[in-house]
Amino acid sequence: MSTATLEPRVHAPRNYLNADYGWKSWLFTLDHKRIALLYLVSITFFFIVGGSFAVLMRIQLVDPQGAIVQPETYNKLFTLHGVVMIFFFLIPSIPAVLGNFLVPLMVGARDLAFPKLNLLSWYIYIVGGLFTLYSTIAGGVDTGWTFYTPYSSTYSNTQVTAVAVGVFITGFSSILTGLNFIVTIHKMRAPGLTWFRMPLFLWAMYATSIIMVLGTPVLAITIFLLALEHLFHVGIFSPALGGDPLLFQHLFWFYSHPAVYIMILPAMGVVSEIIACFSRKRIFGYKIVAFSSVAIAVLGFLVWGHHMFVTGQSVYAGIIFSLLSFLVAIPSAIKVFNWTATLYKGSISFDAPMLYAMGFIGLFTMGGLTGLFLASLATDVHLNGTYFVVAHFHYIMVGGAVMGYLGGIHFWWPKISGRKYPNGWAALAAAIIFIGFNLTFFPQFVLGYLGMPRRYAFYPAEFQVLNVMSSAGATVLGVGYLIPLIYLFWSMRYGPIAEPNPWGATGLEWQTPSPPPTENFSKIPVVTEEAYAYAEQEAGHE
Amino acid sequence: MSHIVVPQKTYIYIFLTLIGLTALTTGVAYVDLGPFNTVVALAIAFSKMLLVILFFMNVRNSSGLIRIIIVAAFFWFALLIAFTMSDYRTRTWTPAPDSWSSAPPTHP
Amino acid sequence: MSDAEAHLPEHHSGLAHQFEDLEQQQESDFLGIWLFLVTEIMFFGGLFAAYAIYRFFYFAAFEGGSHILDARLGAANTAVLLGSSLTMALSVRSAQTGNRRALVVFLIATLILGGAFLGVKAYEYNQKFVEHVVPGLDWAPEGEVLARLAPGGVQHAELYFIFYFAMTGLHAIHMVIGMGLLIWLAIRGRKGDFTPHYFAPVEVVGLYWHFVDIVWIFLFPLLYLIGGRY
Ligand code: HEM
Ligand SMILES: [Cu+2]
Repeated sequence: MSTATLEPRVHAPRNYLNADYGWKSWLFTLDHKRIALLYLVSITFFFIVGGSFAVLMRIQLVDPQGAIVQPETYNKLFTLHGVVMIFFFLIPSIPAVLGNFLVPLMVGARDLAFPKLNLLSWYIYIVGGLFTLYSTIAGGVDTGWTFYTPYSSTYSNTQVTAVAVGVFITGFSSILTGLNFIVTIHKMRAPGLTWFRMPLFLWAMYATSIIMVLGTPVLAITIFLLALEHLFHVGIFSPALGGDPLLFQHLFWFYSHPAVYIMILPAMGVVSEIIACFSRKRIFGYKIVAFSSVAIAVLGFLVWGHHMFVTGQSVYAGIIFSLLSFLVAIPSAIKVFNWTATLYKGSISFDAPMLYAMGFIGLFTMGGLTGLFLASLATDVHLNGTYFVVAHFHYIMVGGAVMGYLGGIHFWWPKISGRKYPNGWAALAAAIIFIGFNLTFFPQFVLGYLGMPRRYAFYPAEFQVLNVMSSAGATVLGVGYLIPLIYLFWSMRYGPIAEPNPWGATGLEWQTPSPPPTENFSKIPVVTEEAYAYAEQEAGHE
Repeated sequence: MSHIVVPQKTYIYIFLTLIGLTALTTGVAYVDLGPFNTVVALAIAFSKMLLVILFFMNVRNSSGLIRIIIVAAFFWFALLIAFTMSDYRTRTWTPAPDSWSSAPPTHP
Repeated sequence: MSDAEAHLPEHHSGLAHQFEDLEQQQESDFLGIWLFLVTEIMFFGGLFAAYAIYRFFYFAAFEGGSHILDARLGAANTAVLLGSSLTMALSVRSAQTGNRRALVVFLIATLILGGAFLGVKAYEYNQKFVEHVVPGLDWAPEGEVLARLAPGGVQHAELYFIFYFAMTGLHAIHMVIGMGLLIWLAIRGRKGDFTPHYFAPVEVVGLYWHFVDIVWIFLFPLLYLIGGRY
């Protein structure tokens, strides 16, 4: 998706895309908008890589005996799928692409606080990605994306070290992004842009950044210890020396549960923007929605033990973690209620971004509610390690976060590319994705409930019907994802030119030309009203 | 970021105090305080840290935001330890069933 | 402000384009480095947490391992590092007052003290090889060393030494990075890049250096002084 191929438009005003040409102008750029596009291209690449692993897995599971690969290969498929999708696609997705592009525009600044660090973060990400790709070619990894010891330390003779190094390195790219956002939001807001005038997307980015800064280093040190153990055969997490494998899980989930909020909070921010714009209303309970992002970021750190209910974790700790997991669902539910209340009596229009946002709400709600099943100690004993868990987190991460990401891409695409995409195709794609998604993952709830374990290459024949349904759904879903790839690419050259504010949205990013000039604003704007002043806007039109 | 120039003397006094505390913590290690050896060692280390943060890093003259950030970081570290420990300290509250401690049960 | 030459013309004030003024830039730099230190706290925090749990389980073994180390040497090295923090603080102060010569002198003094610390550390590491208490590479304690480790369990003492090397090793890596930064500062300082209006790099590196010092302030009692030495 290289935008560098754009023809220079003859009389096109100077903007960040035509400001300079050639690969150097991209690879050495310090412009946050161009860095966002670098990320866009790279995470799309990794999405395709991770997606290919998923396709292979779904083909395998059409047949109870396994259609194509041996169990060893299957183990590598689901591991690499998880690693690539989580660390190289979903975690950077909204923050590094939309966040990078929008945070300076939304705060009314010329760039992020530290443009060099921003570019560095992309290079770090790429180096981490190369390690992971290398490990794939050199034989793959079979530990699961969770790298549980002692598989990963003692028993696995696959490329654990290379992947560990890859994930370790990529973590720093996420840290730098988070750090940059926090400083930018604190110190570079335009005059008049008080905290409670900020768009909710910024609040979401802020909360996400807190998690990135506080959580990611713990993942880094954990992986560092794992690599030490794997390389030197010393027993940090090995019972042979008195080490405790569960300590690895504690440290891993201290990051990785909050990390699920790194994935979902930004999508929530996107959805808030879209819902407000397409129902032409202020978000109901703005402050509560804003605070709930921060509440999720904080509470999200205190629930990690719910991944360890059926390990040797103390039941007393389990009770506390269960209770706190129920608590963290509250701020999420608040958001869902408030979006719904915003729709109430709004003048709603169903353009493509809105369709994705509505899809998000429904699927996220399903994912969140099934999370509560898993957070209950007793039901988790039955559901843990089954396809129910797989369905739960896909409803949230794919149904929620990826939907939000696509919604955001569709919402801001005219701003990013300066072109419009065909709305009909976009609506069709949204519908196909929604249907394909449910067909893929709903049967997995049932499979898990019936007791089909996850991470196996074979299964008993009585599960075949549901598995075939799921694989069929995956095909639909795959088609759904390909369509936007095609028309967005097409629109870069052939789409109609977009005006500065095609959706009639509020927010500083819409007050500058599409695509924005390199310096974002000819004059730093002054903010005089709250976010989402749609009512005032309408009144002004009369 | 402050533009206040701290007198050189202050830094030197702080340094001397830090050296004194180092000597103290080393000396105390040679005295039997039972479990309090750890407590004292950590208390002294903590005070040394406070001196470095407040004076050498000049947080005394820094904004409230910086202070909140520092406190939050240590608080999060405390959460990590506290919640992890909550597992380890309570694991043995419920004893394992008798059958677990002996040889693996024979198959029925 | 003794060194008048150190004042550079206004346009070379080091203001980056994304900022409105120097004050905004300085505040941002400052917030940025503190957030970075937060990530460092959590990074070492994970390691300290793991240490705490194992120490809680295997106190006797950790105590035995600790007694292999030379506490006096550790204390002396702590003093050296504290001294480097002092000279670092004085470097920042010299930059603040525009005293270019003092700035460079103090930076170099910091560098030398940091080097001395690492030298002692290297000697101690070597000692561990002599005593065969290097997990993974050379783990075969014998004689008197073995006798000291035995009460707590030799295996668990190995765990102690894993932490000893992981913690001091990561600390040393941070020192090496810090020393690289000090050299860079000294060169820029000599060229007169820093003025009383613009010395954020000195201050930022200073904060980093003090942080690394703080890590050691905890490592010293946690590794060298476990359970008393009476
Ligand atoms: C309403 C809030 C949520 C609750 C109460 C919840 C609860 C849980 C529980 C208890 C588990 C462990 C299940 C098991 O292993 O037996 C789990 C797994 C998982 N959840 Fe959630 N969850 C919530 C939200 C989320 C969100 C927002 C995401 C991601 C964006 C997410 C992603 C995941 C993932 C990836 C796993 C599987 C981890 C693995 O590979 O084992 N969850 N969830
Ligand atoms: Cu979780």
